[in-house]
Amino acid sequence: MHQTFDAALEMNLLHANQAGADHNREHFNEWGITCLNLMSSPGAGKTSLLEATLSALQSELAIAVIEGDMTTELDADRLRRCGVPVVAINTGRSCHLDARMVSGGIHQLKTLVDPQTIDLVVVENVGNLVCPAEFEVGEHAKVALLSVTEGEDKPLKYPVMFREADCLLITKTDLAPYLEVDLDRIMANVRQINPEVAIFPVSAKTGEGLADWLNWVRQATGRSIQPATIQPGDRVATLASV
Amino acid sequence: MHEVDMTRSLVLTLRDWWESQPDRPQISRVHLRVGDFTCVEPAGLVFAFDAYREGTFLSAAELVVESVPLVAFCHACQADYRPEMGLHYACPTCGAPMEDIRSGRELKISHIEYQNAHRETQTDRWAVA
Repeated sequence: MHQTFDAALEMNLLHANQAGADHNREHFNEWGITCLNLMSSPGAGKTSLLEATLSALQSELAIAVIEGDMTTELDADRLRRCGVPVVAINTGRSCHLDARMVSGGIHQLKTLVDPQTIDLVVVENVGNLVCPAEFEVGEHAKVALLSVTEGEDKPLKYPVMFREADCLLITKTDLAPYLEVDLDRIMANVRQINPEVAIFPVSAKTGEGLADWLNWVRQATGRSIQPATIQPGDRVATLASV
Repeated sequence: MHEVDMTRSLVLTLRDWWESQPDRPQISRVHLRVGDFTCVEPAGLVFAFDAYREGTFLSAAELVVESVPLVAFCHACQADYRPEMGLHYACPTCGAPMEDIRSGRELKISHIEYQNAHRETQTDRWAVA
C-alpha cells in the first residue's frame, strides 16, 4: 500500500503567463514606457481609434504599436501608414495575445527602434470580448472598446472584460442617431460592473469626444493634460501608481 | 478555446512543482478552484487536460474542478449578495454597483494529491513530458 499525500499549492492557474507579463512590464518600466492593452470585440473600431490617436499624439509622444491579428497584417499596414513603428504578431488560431507573444513582439520592436526613445506602446489585442480579459501581457492599463452597434447588454453578457477595464471607450457615436441605442443604459450597465472605470463616448470618424480620451492617454503616460476635461474620480494608471 | 492555453500554463506549473520534488511523486489528483466570474469553462479545462496528460508525468492524474460562485459585498448594506450573472450585478437591495468581489474571480491550483513514487514498482513508466 502506498500513502496518498496532499500538497497545498494555492497558485494562480495562469502563473506562467503572469510571470511573463510581470517580466514584460519590468522591461517597459526600465525603458520609461507606458503600455496600454486595447481590447474589444472584432470590428468595434480599435484600429480606427488608434489611427486617430496616433495622428493626434504623434507630435508630443513617441508611440509604437504591437498589433495582434489572427492571420493577416492588414491592420498593421494601416497603422504603419501613420508613420510609427508597428510589430505584427500573428496569433494563428489563438484568440488572444498572451505574455509570451508580446515578449516576442517587444524583441521585434527592439530591431526597429531603440525602446529608450519610446513613451507609449499600445498593444492592440485580437478582437474578442472573452479571452483577452484573463491574459495579462505586461500592460499598465487595460482599455476596452464597445461600439454603439453592439447593443446595451454586452457589458452584462461579457462582464469580466468590462470589470477589468481601466478605461472604456464607447465608439462610433456618430452612428447613434441611426440606431435605437441608449448610451446612458450602456454606461449604467458598465457602471454596475465597474463603478470606477473612466468612460469616454467617442467617434474616431468625426473626432467627437476624442479630446477626453487623448487627455486620459497623456495622463497615463505621466504627462500633463490639455485643458482639463477628465472627470474627478476617473481612474488613470500611471507608471508612478503601479 | 483559451482553455487549451490555460491548460498549457497549468501543466507548466505542475511540472515545476513535480521537478522540485526529490522523488518525482506520482500525481493522482489535481484540484482547481475556478470562479464563476472568469472566462473559463471547467469542462473545457478537463477536456484539454485529458488530451495533454497522455504519456506524461500526469498520465495518472485526474483534474477536479471546484466552481466558486460570484459573491459581492455591498458597502451601503454591509452585506454579501449573489449577483445574477448575465443580468444584474448591482446590489439587489439598494442598487449600488458591484464594488468588492468576495469570490468568483479565482483561477487557482488549490492542491495536489500524490503518492511517493519510490514506493511504487512501476516508477520508470512515468515519462517526463
